[in-house]
Amino acid sequence: MSVFTSDDPLLQVHNVTRYYGDRIGCADVSFDLWPGEVLAIVGESGSGKTTLLNCLSTRLAPTTGAIEYRMRDGTMRNLYQLTEAERRLLMRTDWGFVHQNAADGLRMTVSAGANVGERLMAVGERHYGNIRSTADDWLGRVEIDSDRIDDDPRSFSGGMRQRLQIARNLVTHPRLVFMDEPTGGLDVSVQARLLDLLRRLVSDLGLSVVIVTHDLAVARLLSHRIMVMRHGNVIEAGLTDQVLDDPREPYTQLLVSSILQV
Amino acid sequence: MSDTAQLYDQGEYNFAYLDEQTKRMIRRAILKGIAIPGYQVPFASREMPMPYGWGTGGVQVTASILGKDDCLKMIDQGSDDTTNAVSLRGFFEKTAGIRTTFETSEATVIQTRHRIPEKTLTEDQVLVFQVPIPEPLRFLEPRETETRKMHALEDYGLMHVKLYEDIAKNGHIATTYAYPVKVNDRYVMDPSPTPKFDNPKIDEMAALQLYGAGREKRIYAIPPYTKVKSLDFEDYPFEVQKFDKPCALCGAENVYLDEVILDDRGGRMFVCSDSNYCEERRAAGHRGPMAADPAAAQIGATDLQETAR
Repeated sequence: MSVFTSDDPLLQVHNVTRYYGDRIGCADVSFDLWPGEVLAIVGESGSGKTTLLNCLSTRLAPTTGAIEYRMRDGTMRNLYQLTEAERRLLMRTDWGFVHQNAADGLRMTVSAGANVGERLMAVGERHYGNIRSTADDWLGRVEIDSDRIDDDPRSFSGGMRQRLQIARNLVTHPRLVFMDEPTGGLDVSVQARLLDLLRRLVSDLGLSVVIVTHDLAVARLLSHRIMVMRHGNVIEAGLTDQVLDDPREPYTQLLVSSILQV
Repeated sequence: MSDTAQLYDQGEYNFAYLDEQTKRMIRRAILKGIAIPGYQVPFASREMPMPYGWGTGGVQVTASILGKDDCLKMIDQGSDDTTNAVSLRGFFEKTAGIRTTFETSEATVIQTRHRIPEKTLTEDQVLVFQVPIPEPLRFLEPRETETRKMHALEDYGLMHVKLYEDIAKNGHIATTYAYPVKVNDRYVMDPSPTPKFDNPKIDEMAALQLYGAGREKRIYAIPPYTKVKSLDFEDYPFEVQKFDKPCALCGAENVYLDEVILDDRGGRMFVCSDSNYCEERRAAGHRGPMAADPAAAQIGATDLQETAR
């Protein structure tokens, strides 16, 4: 168990701004994220969601602002002051990153088992049998049959690849997972199944999640809190149900009313 | 006029082909390599009068460390008398005028392509390897910037992913040559495409090992008596190739054997890859199952002479 209480935030974001030359990627974003909390960042294409996510996950340095993370020993560290080695260790143990396109997050040329086992081997696991049984266990948890363990992800369907990517990220029991449109490009029934799975895993493992999506239904299903972005700014934030049921900003009202009703 | 300039005027090469400034640069890279065992030191590799792939890296290293009193042995896949070995030996005979030998124990510098002699090397010897691809992570991670970072951060999980794949697909670690090793508990290194049979010899070797990659412009080294561990899993430990028969010519066991096809009906024999080792054993009277009977060899020779007449 972690040594701090869930009253302390896991991630603190202070005035993060990212410019692309003269243009704004995201501007002056601040929020706290608590352990076990799922935060959705929604908005249309080009609203700065992904820029913000990349800043948070140390994939893109913000122009100004600070991001602090509570390490496993309970100390608060500025992510951009970590050494490269510390940052890499963090990314492959305490964090996960689920890409929209599973091929970006997987090694497509090695088997499913090796994909799941890679993080274990990176942190020093050297027992083939243990790695394999852990991989097998995780494939089961994401509903991939055991007999696919030696198959390449290339032979997997889109939904399976996405589930494999999730298993690969969760195998080291991370505390914080970033997700970039995890259900993008999947058909509706596969989406529903993936969302079900994600919701179960998140609550079972007590994960904190920052999820970027343009799909309000995904946000509604998974997240506790929501931030609505437009033109790089956060225009509205609050509890998911509150924001979606009673949007305050005209733009949010527009977003909510644009959902197709069947 | 300096000595070197005079040499050039007479159409002679500088000793061992390379000019002294180049040798100095390469020696610096070698010293750095020795100081950081297993670390790939970049160097300004020169064009050599032979194509890449012929051992231009090894040749440059050898040229830089040769002295007038050295005795050079040149090995190509264990053998002293195949094209690559003959050509490179001739190169140094011509440009350095030094003594050369087939005998492992007589040599002070041994340049080798993909084998380590069976005879144990001593502290007085230097083993120079020709390396085609020095980066052990290359086929797993194509970006040089990334592999350098991985070495710097000791981020070697990927290497085991490859071994995991081997076991998952073949039931055992199927890598048989260029088998990755960890040098001095720090750098993962490619011991050039030597068969993994030779990996145990690299560990705690008495001789200095220098690795030169000409096209890739890298030099690395293992100083004498350095710990070199072949990567493996706890439940799939590193193993070398085993041969169920001894050498067909000299009867040697526990040596690396080459397969020789004898006919198109499946006939074949296995003989020592280290030709000098095999010859010495036969000279000492060892006989393998397919070795020529000395008497029969005599008859064969007479037959040939008669045919010639």
